[in-house]
Amino acid sequence: MNANKAPANTAADRLPRLLALVPYLIARPGIPLDEAAADFGVTPKQLRKDLELLWMCGLPGYGPGDLIDLSFEGETITVTYDAGMSRPLRLTAAEATALLVALRALANTPGVVDSDAVRRTLAKIESAVGQAQPAGVVVGLTMRENEATGRTREVVLSALAGRLALRIRYYTASRDEISDRTVDPMRMLLVEGRSYLEAWCRLAEDVRLFRLDRIDQVEVLAEPAAPPPHARQHDVSEGLFRPEPDQREAVLVLAPDARWIAEYYPVEDLTELDGGRARVRMRYSDMSWMVRLILGQAGEVIVAQPDELAYAVMSCARQALSRADHLSAT
Amino acid sequence: MSTARAERLVNLVLCLLSTRSYLTAERIRGIVPGYADAPSDEAFFRMFERDKAELRDLGVPLETGRNSAFDATDGYRIARRDYELGEIDLEPDEAAAVALAVRLWDSPELTGAAQGALLKLRAAGVDVDEDAVARVEPRVRTGEPAFAPLLAAVQAGQAVTFAYRRSAVGEPMTRTVEPWGVVSWRSRWYLVGQDRDRGAARCFRLSRVVGEVRTVGRPGAVVRPAGVNLMEHVLGGSQDPKQTTSARLWVAKGRAQGVRRQATVVGERTLDGELGDEVTVELRFPESAAGWLAGHGMDVVVLEPDVLRKTVRERLLGVLDAHTRGAGL
Repeated sequence: MNANKAPANTAADRLPRLLALVPYLIARPGIPLDEAAADFGVTPKQLRKDLELLWMCGLPGYGPGDLIDLSFEGETITVTYDAGMSRPLRLTAAEATALLVALRALANTPGVVDSDAVRRTLAKIESAVGQAQPAGVVVGLTMRENEATGRTREVVLSALAGRLALRIRYYTASRDEISDRTVDPMRMLLVEGRSYLEAWCRLAEDVRLFRLDRIDQVEVLAEPAAPPPHARQHDVSEGLFRPEPDQREAVLVLAPDARWIAEYYPVEDLTELDGGRARVRMRYSDMSWMVRLILGQAGEVIVAQPDELAYAVMSCARQALSRADHLSAT
Repeated sequence: MSTARAERLVNLVLCLLSTRSYLTAERIRGIVPGYADAPSDEAFFRMFERDKAELRDLGVPLETGRNSAFDATDGYRIARRDYELGEIDLEPDEAAAVALAVRLWDSPELTGAAQGALLKLRAAGVDVDEDAVARVEPRVRTGEPAFAPLLAAVQAGQAVTFAYRRSAVGEPMTRTVEPWGVVSWRSRWYLVGQDRDRGAARCFRLSRVVGEVRTVGRPGAVVRPAGVNLMEHVLGGSQDPKQTTSARLWVAKGRAQGVRRQATVVGERTLDGELGDEVTVELRFPESAAGWLAGHGMDVVVLEPDVLRKTVRERLLGVLDAHTRGAGL
């Protein structure tokens, strides 16, 4: 979970750390060395080197009374003289942008974190930063959702908070099916603008992701959520679609108007063809899902392989046309 | 950075923070430990210029000026009110929000900057537990190679030129843009700005930028118009329309669950010898809904409106036609 932690002591990080250390220690008299090192993302050994360096710094005159003074007691540190460096340097424009843009994104995202706390934080940081507000970066984390999804979220969050199981009626788009399931909630996720409940599904006997806007009914049960110990969280850092060994593979030719498919779904081996078309390799688990996708594209997607899929698409199109003609005949 | 240089720079900051009058480079050379080591005037000035640049890069507000009209050269000082971060005191839930905000970025550019901000907040006395678990952990990645140069151009206010592939055209075309901002929407990054070739505001998807992004003209030349809403430019026409179109469909019994869950059953009806339901459904985007309905093949037949019925039919004919030609069957 700590992929985002401060990178280990690189040369470029040293000066900002040196300028922050004295005010940091002033705010925490007697802090253990290990704890301070962890906050700065460096080893205790490196922090000691930094403190030794700061000990040599001070105000013109550079006599004993002019230099930064630190007292060590056991493994704890206290600043006894700060040489005028009592506050940290203000945030740079880039730092203020990174922090404030992220906070604004969180403030506008329902269900992630207490929005009220985020708004209070924003106000405090904006006033402390006291410079031009960043306006060149905007992040939108969620799509606008309807009221029903908002209500579903409330119920799911209450089940998570109370560690209770849920009964849900769920629409599975890949199979175009609706089913009732009992699930043991594990966490909520936000991927590509949509909210998901990750839970142990007692029907599938596996961990599943449930898109909140596809949960048609939800009810908190009076029994505790009990995902089995071997239930593992999905890694969604690469997106939701994961290539799986038992998946089938199709080769598709995308006309310009269907190129969005190559951006929306993970595809492989994209080859540019004439007229702005592209050939791609795409994995799929469910034949009927793939047929539905292609049937809807008005011929902008052509199945090059496998023949089985191409025949299925053509046969479904013929049957649909025949039935529609039947309607006009009656 | 060498220990000697780091020490010199900390001493330089302390010295300039403690002075009210401007100190010339010569005075600084005589006062701040480390500069005396410079073997020549030229070596000293080179050293001093590098140090000033380093401090400015870090955001240290170096002021230049003269104490009186009789001074021959500029001096330097740091105004404490410009240097110091303002007072800040965060409640535990607010500090948790900061931790989540810092973790939001999965980006070499933004993660580093957010970490820098966190370091300073901690130095200001705020306690932030980086490992506190949140209900949801959103992440924003910046995987596109064009992100770093475009963000830099936005922050520098500098025009850019790059090759861009429009979805409808295979060949990339060169575009010159005055960048106003970068926007992340549903895990995709966009550039919004004034397209000089089109003479209008445009939105560019970063994943469609081909090759290198080059800057054009001087930094500071691009000024974002007041009141521009970057997100609105990205959302464009994709926002929810106010009006919906009502459609009547026939749906085979037990089939097309995705359609059924949005529809209201109004009666039973047999079509083509198969029992089904007649349903009504409100469509927000009739054009894309035609593809969605066509996808269900023989399980869904449009009864009304006629225009939707024809569109679905044309789509299915298009599929059949393309595959008959495409597969050579």
